Amino acid sequence: MTDNTNDINEPGEERVPKRILGTPPSEGGYLVHGEQIDESREAPGIYVQDPDKARRTEKYIALSFLITFLAGIGFIVSYVVFQVGDLDSTAVSNATLGGTLALALLGLAVGITLWVRGIMPKYEITEKRKVLAPSPEQRSELNQIIIDGAQQSGLGRFKLVRRTLLLAAAPLGLLPIVLLRDLGPMPKTALRHTVWKKGLRLVVEGTGQPIRAADFNSPGGILSVVPHGYEHDMNALAKATLILIKLRPEEIQPPTKVENWTVNGIVAYSKICTHVGCPAALYEQTTHHILCPCHQSTFDATRGAEVVFGPAARPLPQLPIGVDNEGYLIALSDFEVPVGPSFWERGDAEKKVREGEKA
Amino acid sequence: MSQPTVKPELPKAADGPLKFIEERIPTGDFLKRNLRKVFPDHWSFLLGEIALYSFIILLLTGTFLTLWFKPSMEHVVYDGSYEPLKGVMMSAAYESSLHISFEVRGGLLMRQMHHWAALLFVASMMIHMLRVFFTGAYRKPRELNWLIGLGLLTLALFEGLTGYSLPDDLLSGAGLRITQGVIVSLPLVGTYIQFFLFGGEYPGEDIISRFFTIHILLIPGILLGLVTAHLILMWVQKHTQMPGKGRTEKNVVGAPFYPAFMAKGGAFFLFTFGVIALLGAFFQINPIWAFGPYTPADISAGSQPDWYMGFLEGSLRIMVPWEINIASDYTLPLSVLIPALVPLGLIFTGLGVYPFVERWITGDNREHHLCDRPRNAPVRTSIGMAGVTFYGLLWLLGANDEIAANFHISLNATTYFGRVMIFLGPVLAYIITYRICIGLQRRDADVIGHGVETGVIKRLPNGEFIEVHAPASEPMAEHIKGKKEIQRFPDTTADEGGVPAPGMRGLMGKMRVKLNHAYTADDVPLEEHHDGHGEQHGEVLAGEPQKGITRH
Amino acid sequence: MTRTGNSVSRFHRGAAARRRHPLARYAVLLLALALIGGVYAVIAPGGDRAEANSAVSTKAADDVAAGKKLFEASCASCHGLNGEGTPQAPTLVGVGAAAVDFQMSTGRMPAANPGAQMPRKNVPAWVNADTIRQVSAYVDSLGGGPAVPSRDMVDPAKGNQARGGELFRANCIQCHNWVGAGGALTRGKYAPNLNEATPEQIYEAMVTGPQAMPVFNDTTITPEQKRDMIAYIVGVREQTDPGGFGLGRIGPVTEGLAAWLVGIVLLVLAAMWITAKRKQHD
Repeated sequence: MTDNTNDINEPGEERVPKRILGTPPSEGGYLVHGEQIDESREAPGIYVQDPDKARRTEKYIALSFLITFLAGIGFIVSYVVFQVGDLDSTAVSNATLGGTLALALLGLAVGITLWVRGIMPKYEITEKRKVLAPSPEQRSELNQIIIDGAQQSGLGRFKLVRRTLLLAAAPLGLLPIVLLRDLGPMPKTALRHTVWKKGLRLVVEGTGQPIRAADFNSPGGILSVVPHGYEHDMNALAKATLILIKLRPEEIQPPTKVENWTVNGIVAYSKICTHVGCPAALYEQTTHHILCPCHQSTFDATRGAEVVFGPAARPLPQLPIGVDNEGYLIALSDFEVPVGPSFWERGDAEKKVREGEKA
Repeated sequence: MSQPTVKPELPKAADGPLKFIEERIPTGDFLKRNLRKVFPDHWSFLLGEIALYSFIILLLTGTFLTLWFKPSMEHVVYDGSYEPLKGVMMSAAYESSLHISFEVRGGLLMRQMHHWAALLFVASMMIHMLRVFFTGAYRKPRELNWLIGLGLLTLALFEGLTGYSLPDDLLSGAGLRITQGVIVSLPLVGTYIQFFLFGGEYPGEDIISRFFTIHILLIPGILLGLVTAHLILMWVQKHTQMPGKGRTEKNVVGAPFYPAFMAKGGAFFLFTFGVIALLGAFFQINPIWAFGPYTPADISAGSQPDWYMGFLEGSLRIMVPWEINIASDYTLPLSVLIPALVPLGLIFTGLGVYPFVERWITGDNREHHLCDRPRNAPVRTSIGMAGVTFYGLLWLLGANDEIAANFHISLNATTYFGRVMIFLGPVLAYIITYRICIGLQRRDADVIGHGVETGVIKRLPNGEFIEVHAPASEPMAEHIKGKKEIQRFPDTTADEGGVPAPGMRGLMGKMRVKLNHAYTADDVPLEEHHDGHGEQHGEVLAGEPQKGITRH
Repeated sequence: MTRTGNSVSRFHRGAAARRRHPLARYAVLLLALALIGGVYAVIAPGGDRAEANSAVSTKAADDVAAGKKLFEASCASCHGLNGEGTPQAPTLVGVGAAAVDFQMSTGRMPAANPGAQMPRKNVPAWVNADTIRQVSAYVDSLGGGPAVPSRDMVDPAKGNQARGGELFRANCIQCHNWVGAGGALTRGKYAPNLNEATPEQIYEAMVTGPQAMPVFNDTTITPEQKRDMIAYIVGVREQTDPGGFGLGRIGPVTEGLAAWLVGIVLLVLAAMWITAKRKQHD
């Protein structure tokens, strides 16, 4: 952008004038105000607005700006008059504040556009381009400067300087990464366990009531269940939340049909989807399908929550449940396998459990 | 040309400050030059400005929101003015978002405008990018600006993701959960990244404040820097322009920056601001009060990311359940890794390398300032349309539950459709686009070679009826003639004894020649005269080369 | 009702369409805008349905007899002469009066034709509060089940919205969405929009688990807790959208459409106007 383009126009282009309205002559000043219409008409390629039309346009422009003025006032008035605090008053406040703001901005926008289109003269100017690539002379000059500088620095000759400099830089570059170490603890085996343990009661999410097995007795029933005492512990809930499903005992098939893991047709599965961890909680009592609303992995509740559709690759882990001596549902242990989305260190935990049982 | 009789003077109020600046900052003729900088006048050149202005509005409204927002996951009991949540446990972040919505005058408006501006920010970046791609405006010397633009888009997606998570409502939490699920699935480092990012187990107590810093400081800072670089490069390299009368590779034709374009730009900023205010006033967005506070135990039907993340959601949804266990000890969750990384990688890597690959294939090292009409680069246009189809299908499938629920289509059917179409769709789009481009090229050649059909039927002396063709109008002809030749490499295998040029030897060289030939295969030259029946009445045409009516 | 929010989806990608003729461009944009308006008009919640059931009659025996007649005429072809069930339809022994009241008052029964799911529809002419009560009484006599709730049990004014909201989020929104706008289930099934359901119907659906819906019996979610949930559902669906048009209240899908079809379209129109070439006057 080194070329002064103000007056440069293609000589061959008849529609592009030699000099253009508003373009300063080399010794001249800028046009700010004044009636230039008569003389500029002579310049070819310039479309000067018809003065009568321009006068008419002026009225519309003024109207637009006036609307902006009034809308601006309206905004301030709305702010003072319309209070917020409940849904209805917030609705009124939002609509009036937003409406006046939009009107003010759009009024100004329309006014300026009318002004450009209806008053300012319309013309095109042509700007020449320079080739961006430097000439060979410029290149070799630059190269020489760089080479000279490099030689002056002596880095080529003084090897010790060069090497120790590199050595010095290496740990400095590592410092920011080292500093970030305390962002969080090491994972260790945290992802393999939940807070469920033998004897911990299952309680209804949202009410915190324990569940008597005899009360949860309607086939087709479902409950979202959390561990007692952890109702508001987000980290615990992110792994330990369950869906409790009441099936007819005869509907239950292997591998869900494990001794002592169900109580009168009540089964408990992890609610955390094995795909990426959304709560898989849509239960269809007719098909016994559990559906995750995020990516539509579908699990069969009667068959150990095995995957019947969608991207999840593993069944929802099942929690062994029983009843305590008051008849309330309790966990018999933690999950045998890690819940939730897969991770690198997870491995085939299901296979290990199977092999462990055989052994 | 006559001089003005009275030369107007710059008023003192303007002259003083200008002089003050000129005497202190050696602008030289910087202002003089740049006030008359040329801006081509075409609406599609304003698409990028929507993004720029949305960004400014995001900064303004976002700053307002930070005055009340509390980036904390501390548990509080809600006691605000929204009845249906009174007494409910929630995070301080969610409570303060509700406070902004219901107890700060204009707070809801600013929240909604911020969100709408974010949606428009990404949308306008994408259509701007499509315009640049399909017209070939990314070619030398603008590859760097293309890459900066790609960086801006990437950052905008992360900016959107972090912002989406801040209110800590049930919907934003679902997005956060999916983000965590994807991170933890990364081989080797996944669990570590998750524990460092979240400060321990999911969700922990740190992620909102960390995302807050990333969202309001880190990414906007980088965005601001890159936007500046983007604009400076655009300014230095000047705009491209569509071919037309008087437009060459050596010039740029348009309106001057001052006063016309300055006013137009200002007006367009106000339009952008006004439209966003209009949306904020009358279209409800992200009603966090309806979602409820986040808990990892709950989820809603129809949980969706904002539209620009929809393509990732779609690819996760249509994936098949693949997971590999390595020696029972390590797990490679392909059903997460592939959909989360492959489409993203394909699209962004593809966009990043495309200018360089195309330059290698065409061997075209010229500077390009005249844009291509999409039809004149049929391979590029078809690749672009295949990409658009790929992205569009994934985006559509990201909403497949809403489509299934509202149009009563089987959810599973939409998934099966997606699994097939994600491969078939782009191929079809490529073929169809390619044929359309070649067809349009033929029509152009026809217009230049024979003129435009006038609809006038004329009977020749020999009894034949013909339709009279008129030569194309000058602007139209100039527009068409802006087509640039693409170099076709000589066929190396056919040349006996010929030594292939460097860069075309070896396996890569042969591939390059093959690709070049595919790229240029169906080009229709403009001078083409395929006068099958023209010869029959050659005597009529003779003597009327250009002027008047050409017959066909 | 559920086909409201997303009729725009087919125009999902329309915003990117490029047309050659300027008028064609405007036409497409205007069409899109008109569509949004139309969709909104459909989205707006409809008026309350007439209350389908009334106070329980004392003449229970008469009701059973009358109900049996109605049952044989309109229900027995699928459910069997004694409600024992057939391959086409389940047994009605033990479903209780609440199930019959729900199915008939929402128009799902008698069914028009079997499909993946029985849609809510207008009730046939013969179905009214009395006939529903009679058929309910008859089915209940086949084997007891959940009873039709009293007006008091489902009075939204007596429920606690905030407590109900927590239960609603824990148990309902995974299928019915945050505000009861509905959602998709597997293989063509769907969780319906709750906008038209009466408090009684919501209660009955919870205790009987119609079609794919699971059962929430009174011993685990108490009637008071159900009333809290009803209070939340009714309260939220009737509340004002403080931010403007609710866009179907289904979340980011319609918001994204609006960003493209309203935001980008308006701005492209503005850009066209700003840069439009003025006709050269000669």
